[in-house]
This record gives sequence, structure tokens and C-alpha cells, in this order.
Amino acid sequence: MTTIEVKGVHQRFDTFEALRGIDLTLAERRIGIVGSNGSGKSTFARLLNGLLVPTSGQVLVDGLDTARSGKAVRRKVGFVFQNPDNQIVFPVVEEDVAFGLKGLKLPAAQRGALVEEVLDRYGLGPFRQHPSHTLSGGQKQLLALAGVLITRPDCVVFDEPTTLLDLRNARHVTKVIEEMEETVIVVTHDLQLLKEFDRIIVFDEGRVIADDEPGAALARYVERMQ
Amino acid sequence: MTPEAGTLSPLHRLPAWAKLMALAIAGTGLVLIGDWRLVAAALLATLGLYRLAGISQRKAFQQLRPLMWLLVLLFLVQGLWQSWELASLVVLRIATLVLAAALVTLTTRSEALIAAIEGALGPFRRFGVNPAKVGLAFSLALRFIPVIGQQAQEIRDAQRARGLGTNPVALALPLILRTLKMAGDVADAIDARSPYSDPYGDDDDLPPRFVIEPGTINTRTSCKTAEAPQKT
Ligand SMILES: Nc1ncnc2c1ncn2[C@@H]1O[C@H](COP(=O)(O)OP(=O)(O)OP(=O)(O)O)[C@@H](O)[C@H]1O
Ligand SMILES: [Mg+2]
Repeated sequence: MTTIEVKGVHQRFDTFEALRGIDLTLAERRIGIVGSNGSGKSTFARLLNGLLVPTSGQVLVDGLDTARSGKAVRRKVGFVFQNPDNQIVFPVVEEDVAFGLKGLKLPAAQRGALVEEVLDRYGLGPFRQHPSHTLSGGQKQLLALAGVLITRPDCVVFDEPTTLLDLRNARHVTKVIEEMEETVIVVTHDLQLLKEFDRIIVFDEGRVIADDEPGAALARYVERMQ
Repeated sequence: MTPEAGTLSPLHRLPAWAKLMALAIAGTGLVLIGDWRLVAAALLATLGLYRLAGISQRKAFQQLRPLMWLLVLLFLVQGLWQSWELASLVVLRIATLVLAAALVTLTTRSEALIAAIEGALGPFRRFGVNPAKVGLAFSLALRFIPVIGQQAQEIRDAQRARGLGTNPVALALPLILRTLKMAGDVADAIDARSPYSDPYGDDDDLPPRFVIEPGTINTRTSCKTAEAPQKT
């Protein structure tokens, strides 16, 4: 179980302050993040695995500072982006999944077994040798997830994983996220996705305005949006 | 890019480095040959290799289609200003090179191709060439050419829906903007997805946190209901 501590974080882009003082300890298994457009959710998410380093303050993943231990942090915290097209980097499905293993210098047979295992887990086994751009939107999102999980992170951050999907694929991905054993942190506008979560954090204009169990937090969010 | 299953011709089975080497030699040879009839023979020979690989002639011509107008233009310009023989030589040479290069990518798994390129560039490391970077750039090109093509189609459709004609400049601008935005996202994704290596190859000896064994990724989830892939 990973613990992420966010301490006094401010994030500035030029003169604009996207995050204005965030202090949180994230240790629950399922954490949802909601907020209006531009409230700083994606910026916050990108801080959690060191894709972005805070302008001031600190982010610690199991005590590791993201500003200094980027690689080590990324081994613990995986990231699934909104648009799977932009995170599939190899032309063939199985090659793409194997990308995360690069650097481990595993024997080919072992690498193949790992790839097969993670593809089978998401029903992508039959598409192993397919060009990745011919998958459907839902399958691409699952491929993106498979490519992250093969490195076995303890925690996976999702930034709007269902936004670009139709209802059926969105439900499928929602189910997959619900069943994951890893800790998950999900940024979303899709409140359905968060019903069963342990904790919801509501962002507004770069600040946390609610941090509670889903019922109370979502009520506060809906009220704020009116 | 990926040979279809069950079509393993002798060309498919040849190692990637051998094909790349043959391509380099053929390319050099083509540039040295000055007789258009010999180049025409080379073109026919290349088409013969397509047959050997079990790839249809139609697919072979598809490889040339994006270049068609350029070739026609080149042929006319060279023919009118220089000579028709020179025009034939130049155009046949380009067509043969493109077909030969396409044949290599069509009969080689991109992974093998990239590994071969990285291997071949190894000796140039001391001159500041970074093989990992070149290999990654190559695979990204293979991966994103169809994506960019799809986006061009989307933009064209949107413009047509608004009654705008097909103006290449009107297409280029939004396409470039989208591609730049995409490039930033892709760079982030490469970073996020490379916990055990430096994708840009600047330091390649990071000790792994653990050795991953098959059978240990948790298998509680069973979502085996993926649909058929989209036709594109
Ligand atoms: N790289 C950047 N450079 C400049 N400004 C940025 C950058 N990234 C984000 N911003 C700004 O920071 C603010 C918060 O952006 P962020 O993407 O975190 O919002 P969000 O909550 O994820 O919104 P959405 O729901 O639309 O995804 C926005 O005003 C945005 O314009
Ligand atoms: Mg966002």
C-alpha cells in the first residue's frame, strides 16, 4: 500500500497559480478527484508521479521526494492518461505492452509470458499482433492500462479514463477499475465511476474545498456547481 | 509493419539486420546506376520480391500512392528541362527505393527492425549518436503516421461539414497544432511508462526494484469481453 503525502504544494505556470496550497495524505485504496474545468485536477494528478514537480512544497511517495527520485516514484505510481492514443507508443499491441519492461533485461520467453498474461487479463489476447491503431476506443484504454500494469505499480493514477469512451466502453473500463487490486486515484467528471470509492476530494480554483466520503463530498460538489 | 499471421515467407524469416543491409546496398547501387533501363529492371525485381513475400501488387502500388503526384511532377519537370531519359531514371530510382524500403517494413516486425537499427548504430555512439533515441524515434514514426492520417481525415470531414472546401493550408494549420499538442502528451506518457529505463538512453543501467516473474500479476479481474477491432 502506497502513501502519498502532498505538503504545502503550490503550482505556478508563469504568473498563473494553478494550485494554491494543497496539503493531503493519500492512503485509501480508492480515491476520486472531482472539480470543474480548470480547477487544477490534472495538474494535481501529474504531481503524484513526478511528471510535474511542484513550484513550492513537496510530494512524497512512501517517503520518496518526486523532485529527486523520479524513476523510483514512477515504479510505484503508474499513470493512465485521458487519451489512450497518446500513450500507446508502439505500432503493434504486444510491443506496446512490453515497452514498460524495457531496461529490465528480461529473457525473451519471460517477457513474452508477462505480456501474454497482462493482455489476457483484459481480453486483448486475440489482438496481440494487431496494429495498435486498429483497436476500438475501449480496447485502446485497456491497452494503455495493460501497458502500465505490466510494470506492477502499487498505485495507478487515472486522468479522466472514461471521457472519450461511449457508454458501453465507459462501463467496461469502470468495472475494470473497480476490480483492480492496486490502489487507484481517479480524476473524473463521471460521478458514476466514484460511487463505491473510499474518499472523494473536490477541487475548485486550485484549492481543496471538500474531502470526504462520496455521499457528502459529491453533495458539496453538486451544490458548488449550481 | 506487422506481417499477418500465417504469411511467413522466406523474406519474412530473414533477420532484420540482413534486410536492412540489403536495403542499404541496393540503395547505394541504385544511386550509382546511370542507365534507366537497369533501374527499370531493378524495379521489376523488387516487384518480384513482393510476390515472393506473398504481398499483392495492389498493396505494392499503395506504397507509392502518396508519392504519385510528386513523381509525376518530377517526371515532367526533368523531362521538359533535361531529357526524358534522365526523367525516367530519377523517377524509377525513387519508386524503386520507396518500394524496397516498404518491402522491408512490410516483412519485418517493427520491434526487430528497431532492435536492428539500434544495433547498427551502436558503433556510432562515440560520435554522439544515441541509438536508443533513434530507435524510439523510429518506432514513434511507425506508430503515429496512421494516427496523424486519421486526424487529417477528421479535420477534413469537419471542414467539409461546415461547407469549407479542401484547402491544404486550412488542413495543415489545425493538423500541426493538434500534432504539437499530441507530441507533448506522448512525451509525458513515455516518461510515465519507463520506470526501468531511460527512454532517451542517457543512462541505461538502473537496477530493477525486483525481477518480475510471470504468473504474479494479479489475475483477479477477468474482463474477457473485448469486442472486435474497428475497421479503419
Ligand atoms: N503547462 C501549463 N501551462 C500553463 N498553464 C497551465 C498548464 N497546465 C495547466 N495550466 C492551467 O492550469 C489550470 C488548471 O489546469 P488543469 O489541467 O489542472 O485543470 P483540470 O482541473 O484538469 O481541468 P479539466 O477538467 O478541464 O481537465 C488551467 O487554468 C490551465 O490553463
Ligand atoms: Mg484535466
